[in-house]
Amino acid sequence: MAAKSTTPDTGATDGKKSNVSKDELLKYYREMLLIRRFEEKAGQLYGMGLIGGFCHLYIGQEAVVVGLEACTKEGDKRVTSYRDHGHMLACGMEANGVMAELTGREGGYSRGKGGSMHMFSREKHFYGGHGIVGAQVPIGAGLAFADRYKGNDNVTFTYFGDGAANQGQVYEAYNMAELWDLPVIFVIENNGYAMGTSVKRSTKSTSLYGRGLAYGIPGEQVDGMDVLAVKAAGEAAVAHCRAGKGPYILEMMTYRYRGHSMSDPAKYRTREEVEKMKAEKDAIEHVRDLLLGAGLANEDELKAIDKQIKDVVNASAEFAKESPEPSVSELYTDIYA
Amino acid sequence: MAIDVLMPALSPTMEEGTLAKWLVAEGDAVKSGQIIAEIETDKATMEFEAVDEGIVGKILVAAGTSGVKVNEPILRLIEAGEDANAAPAPVAEKAVAEKAVAAKAAPAVAASTSAAVAVVSKASPDWPAGTPMKTMTVREALREAMAEEMRANPNVMLMGEEVGEYQGAYKISQGLLDEFGPKRVVDTPITEMGFTGIAVGAAWGGLNPIVEFMTFNFSLQAIDHILNSAAKTNYMSGGQLGCPIVFRGANGAAARVGAQHSQDFAAWYASVPGLKVVMPYSAADAKGLLKQAIRDPNPVVFLENEIMYGQSFEVPDLPDFTIPFSKARIWREGTDATIVSFGIGMRYALEAADLLAKDGISVEVIDLRTLRPLDYDTVLASIQKTNRCVCVEEGFPVASMSDHLASTIMQRAFDYLDAPVITCTGKDVPMPYAANLEKLALVTTAEVVAAVKSVCYR
Repeated sequence: MAAKSTTPDTGATDGKKSNVSKDELLKYYREMLLIRRFEEKAGQLYGMGLIGGFCHLYIGQEAVVVGLEACTKEGDKRVTSYRDHGHMLACGMEANGVMAELTGREGGYSRGKGGSMHMFSREKHFYGGHGIVGAQVPIGAGLAFADRYKGNDNVTFTYFGDGAANQGQVYEAYNMAELWDLPVIFVIENNGYAMGTSVKRSTKSTSLYGRGLAYGIPGEQVDGMDVLAVKAAGEAAVAHCRAGKGPYILEMMTYRYRGHSMSDPAKYRTREEVEKMKAEKDAIEHVRDLLLGAGLANEDELKAIDKQIKDVVNASAEFAKESPEPSVSELYTDIYA
Repeated sequence: MAIDVLMPALSPTMEEGTLAKWLVAEGDAVKSGQIIAEIETDKATMEFEAVDEGIVGKILVAAGTSGVKVNEPILRLIEAGEDANAAPAPVAEKAVAEKAVAAKAAPAVAASTSAAVAVVSKASPDWPAGTPMKTMTVREALREAMAEEMRANPNVMLMGEEVGEYQGAYKISQGLLDEFGPKRVVDTPITEMGFTGIAVGAAWGGLNPIVEFMTFNFSLQAIDHILNSAAKTNYMSGGQLGCPIVFRGANGAAARVGAQHSQDFAAWYASVPGLKVVMPYSAADAKGLLKQAIRDPNPVVFLENEIMYGQSFEVPDLPDFTIPFSKARIWREGTDATIVSFGIGMRYALEAADLLAKDGISVEVIDLRTLRPLDYDTVLASIQKTNRCVCVEEGFPVASMSDHLASTIMQRAFDYLDAPVITCTGKDVPMPYAANLEKLALVTTAEVVAAVKSVCYR
């Protein structure tokens, strides 16, 4: 992976000179582990037929959203694609509500009417959850447009993948975001594959962040498997936006361990490639090594966290199984506000 | 040989204009390509260039004259030493051709004057009896609606192509930039999908955007955001994320602009749950319904018509009035048959009703005004009275609003029908450019008259 961090001032990326605190590392560890265990459970429930339709797991990419959420303040907004479970957990939405939406139950964030790809939380400023590849990009710019109109310093995090990066509306949004100095961070989660098509098979312009330069938008490529690198780059991008300098692009070099969706046999890549990434770049193992290596935590502490997370996830699965299906009267509610 | 310069048509729908200013005087020499006058259309003030060379022999229409018809002689060019009062040469071949085109270009009912249309109805209108009325065009009504709502709510803003500095491609937003500034009247690049997505995001972010599509033909570039982002999200979010946004602009056929610029999207958008769809006919409805649309917490598709922009109607002279959605208006009461229409289709409906009255057939004319949610009750009540129905619209026939109405009437009022419902729609062809073919492709008043006679077995 040819990732580089262009924000070396923190010195945090290799963990050696890190001045990151124990609490901060433990927070990242906990949040990333929650996403991974949650997604593993979702995969299990899908296999049991409790989750239907499309289900896109975020396993492998946890450092991206956890690192960027660490840069946010109250009022900041986020919007993403259909691979959205991790983003919801990271911004503080409840595991119970997310899991119950996956099972299509009344206790879900959309009361069972949205599903895996369509969850929202006004309270947490999470605006979905979008199933049309790339559509969330101008929407994210629009959320930022509203904040700029109102004159506050909120920032919108607009996540999309390397596949969406080839959609025309992404560049329409870039053009207007820079033209109007919108406070939006375009986060390209480049996991190497748009469903089954690798970046190299879909474009010769593989430096995806670089495309923003044509519109005058600064950007950089970041090691998206390193939560500290993500955090450092995110802070610089946020500062740029809050200062009224317009949009910023972060291309997060990351990797998804599972298929595109539950029904993806992933024949387009080798088992060796996946195993190598897990062994050498895993985001959670990286933080675990930092914690243990620097003597900031011991095995027992981490085991206790693992158990807490497991309990939260198991409870969400129970909640999602026990929550009733929506009442049939819900068929005709919420069509209009 | 003297040459008469004729009043030019400066837009596809122009029938007359104001001769704002002469830039030449009698006796001046004029060169080909020289700007000789400023002519004001209902959309803009345009410079008018001379085609022929000569000396200005006589100015035939004084500066400041309004209501000058297209192809009326406005200036006589003569050669040196020629008498300015000499009879002009036979009108050049080109001018004849233009005249013929202009005459045919007008849609079947476009010949009707732009004088205010009277309501022949005892049905109560949407404002109190005795309300003072003023005459205004649909264009002015739309502009007033936006301006009033922008004054009332600082989160209402307008975005689209040429809405600001250009003053609107069809002059609907004229003056709004001056009053509200560039923060609230936002000129966008030509990028429909992008700015529509941005507007949806802005609506979720707490604004009340009005998105102007220069015409609804271009909304196809953005239809994903109208349907998948704006219309469906309230449902998909379990009621958390309504989208207070208005998509408005010219819809349907204008005149002689070809297939890509002449489509009526009423039935397309009306088929989508989560959208509200409005298609006004009169200026009063345009104003009251647009104000209602801007206040509505849902996405509203507001379908206007370029040919209607310059038409005048009586509008209540009230500081603030709205017209509720889902409430049809009975324009004309009748007993023998019901015509249901909306938007520009109402012109054919009302004209047909006038003609049929002369034949002793009493027609009730219903303007749906809102296409979703639709006022079925008013339609069904009328059919229970007249037992006959003709539906009229300019859109394509397949899967049309008329088809939906006919199906609903059959399912809900079959026993009341004395004849099958007839639909009068645009023809099942892409809009042709040729003037004669275009006229045939649209619905005609004659077709509506024939359909009503048919359901009345006359």
